[in-house]
Amino acid sequence: MNLLSPYRVLDLTDDLGFLAGKIFGDLGAEVIKVEPPQGDSSRRRPPFLKNGNGSPQSLYWLAFNTNKRGITLDLRRQEGRDIFYRLGQTADFVIESFKPGTLEEWGLQYEALSRENPGLIHISITPFGHEGPYRDFAASDLEIMALSGAMSLAGEKDGEPMRVSVPQAAMWVGAEAAMGALTALAYRTVTGKGQHVDVSAQVAVMAALAHAPAFWDLTRENPERAGIFVTGRSVKGAKMRVMWSCKDGWINFIVYGGAAGRHTNQQLARWMDEKDMAPPWLKDMDWSTFAVTSITQEEVDRLEAPIATFFSTLTKQEFLAGAMERQMLGYPVASVQDITSDEQLQARQFWQPVKDQQSDITLAHPGGFAIFNGERLQIRRPAPAIGEHNSEVYANDLGMSRGEIDQLKADGVI
Amino acid sequence: MLEVAKQESRAERIQSRGGGDLKDALGQLKVLEFGGYAAGPCISKYLANFGASVVHVESNQRPDGFRLQYPPYKDGIVGPNRSGCFAFFNDSKKGVTLNLKQRQGLELAYRLVDWADIVIENMRPGAITRLGLGYERLGLRKPELIMLSTSNMGQTGPHASHPGFGSQLSSLSGFTNLIGEPDGPPYFLYGPYIDFVAVAYGGIAVLAALDYRLRTGKGVHIDLSQYEAGLQFLSSALLDYSANGSVARRDGNRDPQVSPHGCYPCRDGQWCVISCWDEPEWERLCRAADKSQWLSDARFLTGSLRKTHERELNETIGEWTRDQDARRLMGRLQRHGVHAAQVNTMRDLFSDPQIAFRDVWQKQSHPELGDHNYRMVSYDLSKTPGRVRGAAPCLGADNEEVFIEWLGLARSEYEELRAKGAFS
Repeated sequence: MNLLSPYRVLDLTDDLGFLAGKIFGDLGAEVIKVEPPQGDSSRRRPPFLKNGNGSPQSLYWLAFNTNKRGITLDLRRQEGRDIFYRLGQTADFVIESFKPGTLEEWGLQYEALSRENPGLIHISITPFGHEGPYRDFAASDLEIMALSGAMSLAGEKDGEPMRVSVPQAAMWVGAEAAMGALTALAYRTVTGKGQHVDVSAQVAVMAALAHAPAFWDLTRENPERAGIFVTGRSVKGAKMRVMWSCKDGWINFIVYGGAAGRHTNQQLARWMDEKDMAPPWLKDMDWSTFAVTSITQEEVDRLEAPIATFFSTLTKQEFLAGAMERQMLGYPVASVQDITSDEQLQARQFWQPVKDQQSDITLAHPGGFAIFNGERLQIRRPAPAIGEHNSEVYANDLGMSRGEIDQLKADGVI
Repeated sequence: MLEVAKQESRAERIQSRGGGDLKDALGQLKVLEFGGYAAGPCISKYLANFGASVVHVESNQRPDGFRLQYPPYKDGIVGPNRSGCFAFFNDSKKGVTLNLKQRQGLELAYRLVDWADIVIENMRPGAITRLGLGYERLGLRKPELIMLSTSNMGQTGPHASHPGFGSQLSSLSGFTNLIGEPDGPPYFLYGPYIDFVAVAYGGIAVLAALDYRLRTGKGVHIDLSQYEAGLQFLSSALLDYSANGSVARRDGNRDPQVSPHGCYPCRDGQWCVISCWDEPEWERLCRAADKSQWLSDARFLTGSLRKTHERELNETIGEWTRDQDARRLMGRLQRHGVHAAQVNTMRDLFSDPQIAFRDVWQKQSHPELGDHNYRMVSYDLSKTPGRVRGAAPCLGADNEEVFIEWLGLARSEYEELRAKGAFS
């Protein structure tokens, strides 16, 4: 289902922003990725596909640039800027992640581009936003994750704060940028007016903090990382285990109280009893009145000890199968390999094979993010090669002649 | 209809729809939500911040799980209107109670559906259908309806009805496996990380469907699996497995290519991250630290040498940062053009100057919680800025306003329905 098919998006982002353009592409918009003539810097980010021709391709690039056409344009040159201005007049959305001030210097900021295209929605994706004290700070994923607060919540208590090893800040800000752009679209569809959308990656990642900031705000407790435990479930400050060692890895399981935990706790006690691993007092627990909102650490420790012993006898797959059969809360800590063989994802035909044009290798891409009226969003085209659609876009959309295009190529503008 | 729209010129297309007037981007949008916790309610919170009217439906028997199952509670006292956790995801909305298992309550729910443009639900698949509010039924009643069903695993497939929370799903989807040291345990990122990924995709899905409906008049049902939405954020690692068979693993705070790229201890339990992406930046770090000996150290002469000796390099830098204030260190390194940032704790987020500059925290007064803060989203719209428009509703607080003023029930009818338990 191509929900956004009437719209044209110019995507000038680097790896901080390219998820936003991909989301537009997935939703059916016509997305044109505009790269410098030497290609986007994220084409040189690992991991790589060894394609056999000596110039490995970035899988990071391939993953987030499907459903886009690709052109090159040198915006550091005046001719390039003039061409971009013309292209901008044909666009509904411009998405970019230049350093604040760069487009102003080139005369291509929102105010300039929208002068003759008042419906334009211009989305700027930066680490901290276009204004403010951090505006010019240098920040990669690591710095954004640190300033968002996310790192402070992961890792051992008093130990080194941790980021997610696969960069996440660009994902958060890309997705929220798309949401901001579509919010602006709703306004444009009624009023005809476009606007500028200024997105901060630091704030986007704060969504991942769940309700942790509310503790400081409401009770002046400062939630911090607690290793493999979770705090904040009991008003008595008890910490509860989240990660449990099993035969071939780890299981994520939390003892919940109240209605949320009742069935799971009953089932777990029964499962343990079937294996003769449930102490008598555990079998006698009244789970219908069990709550954790005021549980003490002693009570938690007593409860968790036999559970830990039981989980250590299971494999990840055995736990998952048992949790499914018994309708219990809890999942194993999966690797990408486990995910690739997951039967639920296969049953929903999540994976989509896409052939890479340069290597002829077919890769299983994560499929569309949702199913609309029974149809999953599709990858309709693989990520473009550098300048792959130059002729198409410059000739068809800007009406340039073959000669003009060749001249621009010779001059290194495209 | 889409084809027709495509043939018009851009200017015509926009002009033909233009001319309306709106103060808020989503000022005409009406959203109804069934469900609780984060994955459903947080989506409409974002919509409400940009002007959408949102009605959150609960019942006295089954209030939103965040009201009674999760601290923080005001003054540590548990109560349905005392949870900071519920409040955090429900500002700017109206709260009503309906007994959906009773005929009159269900009738009122249908009237709310007639009122709404978008229905969002995050119950276990099948549950909303059993209540009589599934898309099969609502879509017939109102073909132009947009309905989002968001659940752990999606509406179909062998695991569809498996109950689950985002706190565990963040493990099944691979995130926690990627946090921590290679030889240590996986870590948790505090809460239901993946729920909020699905919140972003859920918001995107309903807004795209809304535009489609504005242009075509057609309704859309969206099946969003939080699991599948979450995996979008790990696409590169999933492709790496498909292409090379390599299984991504947690690797502390290291980058696969550059060094230094780490988190360093500072004074009073603070931490500061530092990364250098090329030789000039490494040289700037050495100068900013006033450590010419680092520049001449044989172990650190090139990027690949620094990567080889990463442990020693990190210890060396950590020795230098240990007695410094993280915030001042960040400022000093940034002035020298070096990537650096203090690790903000939750407390720090309330004094961070950039977050303050963007008005992320917005204060509202709540009958039981008092004055407290809500979080605004990351996107600023220049012409139609978002804001927190009101405190989260107490349980059933807006029954009268929603059913009498918005839906037009007569006071007598309302009282009669109340006596029959429709709002219980």
